Amino acid sequence: MEAGAATARLQVRRESALTRAWRWLREHAINIYAGLAIAYLLIPIAVIIVFSFNDPAGRYNYTFTSFTVDHWSNAFGLPDLNSALLTSLKLAGLATVVSTALGTAIALALVRYQFFGRGPANFLIVIPMATPEVVMGASLLSLFLIYGLPLGFTTLLIAHVMFCISFVVVVVRSRLIGFDRSLEEAAQDLGADPLTTFRKITLPLIMPGVVAAALLAFALSIDDFVVSNFNSGTTVTFPLYIFGAFQRGIPVEVNVIATMLFLVTLVAMGFSVWQQRRAERLASVRPDQEV
Amino acid sequence: MTGARRRLVPYFLLGPGLLWLVVFFALPMYFMGRLSLDTGTLETGFSFNWQWSNYHDALSLYDTQFVRSFYYAGVATAIALLIAYPLAYAIAFKAGRWKNAMLFAIVAPFFTTYLIRTLAWETILSDQSPVVHALRTVGLVGSNSGVLATSTAVIAGITYNFLPFMVLPIYASLERIDGRLLEAAKDLYASPAEAFRRVTLPLSAPGVVAGTLLTFIPAVGDYVNAFFLGSTNNHMIGNTIQGLYLTQRDYPAAAALSFVLMAVIMVVVFIYLRFAGTEALMGEEARPA
Repeated sequence: MEAGAATARLQVRRESALTRAWRWLREHAINIYAGLAIAYLLIPIAVIIVFSFNDPAGRYNYTFTSFTVDHWSNAFGLPDLNSALLTSLKLAGLATVVSTALGTAIALALVRYQFFGRGPANFLIVIPMATPEVVMGASLLSLFLIYGLPLGFTTLLIAHVMFCISFVVVVVRSRLIGFDRSLEEAAQDLGADPLTTFRKITLPLIMPGVVAAALLAFALSIDDFVVSNFNSGTTVTFPLYIFGAFQRGIPVEVNVIATMLFLVTLVAMGFSVWQQRRAERLASVRPDQEV
Repeated sequence: MTGARRRLVPYFLLGPGLLWLVVFFALPMYFMGRLSLDTGTLETGFSFNWQWSNYHDALSLYDTQFVRSFYYAGVATAIALLIAYPLAYAIAFKAGRWKNAMLFAIVAPFFTTYLIRTLAWETILSDQSPVVHALRTVGLVGSNSGVLATSTAVIAGITYNFLPFMVLPIYASLERIDGRLLEAAKDLYASPAEAFRRVTLPLSAPGVVAGTLLTFIPAVGDYVNAFFLGSTNNHMIGNTIQGLYLTQRDYPAAAALSFVLMAVIMVVVFIYLRFAGTEALMGEEARPA
């Protein structure tokens, strides 16, 4: 009798342990799933970093043979790779400056003004983002071919600015939409001319958006392969170098530089977030918040 | 400022940027259209004479790659959605103080070069890799076959490379959902599943629509994954266009294919938006502040 009751109690307890485990699993299932998805996103990055310390047996850096830091100390020892990287940095820098200036102006016009032709303007900005890169690269090449423009750094710059503009507009516009106009009005009431108002009030306030847009433009440009492949001529950018080196085996230094770029972007990204938080803090210390 | 001058201000602001887009985006499209109707070869030179048969010839030669591109992109988009929705949901509602770290992990792949990320997948899926060993042990991959140079590898690569484009819009739309709506659903005796189906899911639809398009469109035109992870049997229309333009120099055929690709994508997007609703994409940004 008593033994039976004990077994029953034990069964109840065991059952409840099972139920509890089951409930825990159900509650956390989505977190576990998310964790696995995040791991999936990060694994290739880990592979890139790990293989930058590899000492491959042959030309191909696919199997981890032994650990070495040689390629890190020799990171800039390959002249072709260096010049490709420099070209990419120069190109991305210039494309960022031009596209950020052009895109920010467009965003200001779209958010601030009512004007005739807004619809077509919007369309022209959205459509490049909905166009596959091959089509964009191929069509630009058609233009350059028809006009006999020699392919090279200039055509690359034209192409990169073109595909960056739309993204800059979208990012800056999203920041401008929540923008409080009263500070600008106050500046104008105090006698500031439009240019001074823009320089002293508008620009500092939209700066986080502009910086975010510029970072995005830079990232898009330095990473671009498809459009560049069509319009580069003999100019070699970092992604084009990788593509070219693929058949004969990609040097480990590429992984080293990719890791460096990753770390630099990490820092830039952190800086951008910090600056944005700071701007938000500055914007929130206004005395007339409640009005 | 006088009224007339003030009315001109937006045009001064728009002018340079839009001019750039007209000259280097819209005009090239026109020239590509012309080129697609040319006859001739590189040696004899090309001349324009409404050669519509270019379209027919190009399509009948490369229909396999065409269909394959849409198939790969469709499968990759579906898988990306299956991975992204729960992930975005977890970040928006369950992550707590981990939220920023998780968002950061989503964009982290963009901090490395696209080609190198794809090459990393080549390492992961190569015959010597532990992943492929594990798959062989489990029997998912035959002991004599590999993963590289198959459609699986190409689709896996595409899925990976465009996954962040799927996660971010879905996250953004989930994040915007007013918590009071979910409370109201609970107060009205909706089960969690029902509240999800009737409140959360419809409200996150714009994100799903945007994410699917942002994944599908670049995926259809992609040729990097097929080049690095596939064999010639897995080549997509992007590979064909690139080859025709840069290697074979058959510009009219390449231009015709590009045009058809663009047109088919537009049609697919249009039909999709018909079902999903356009406000999903435009949403709050449609009107100026």
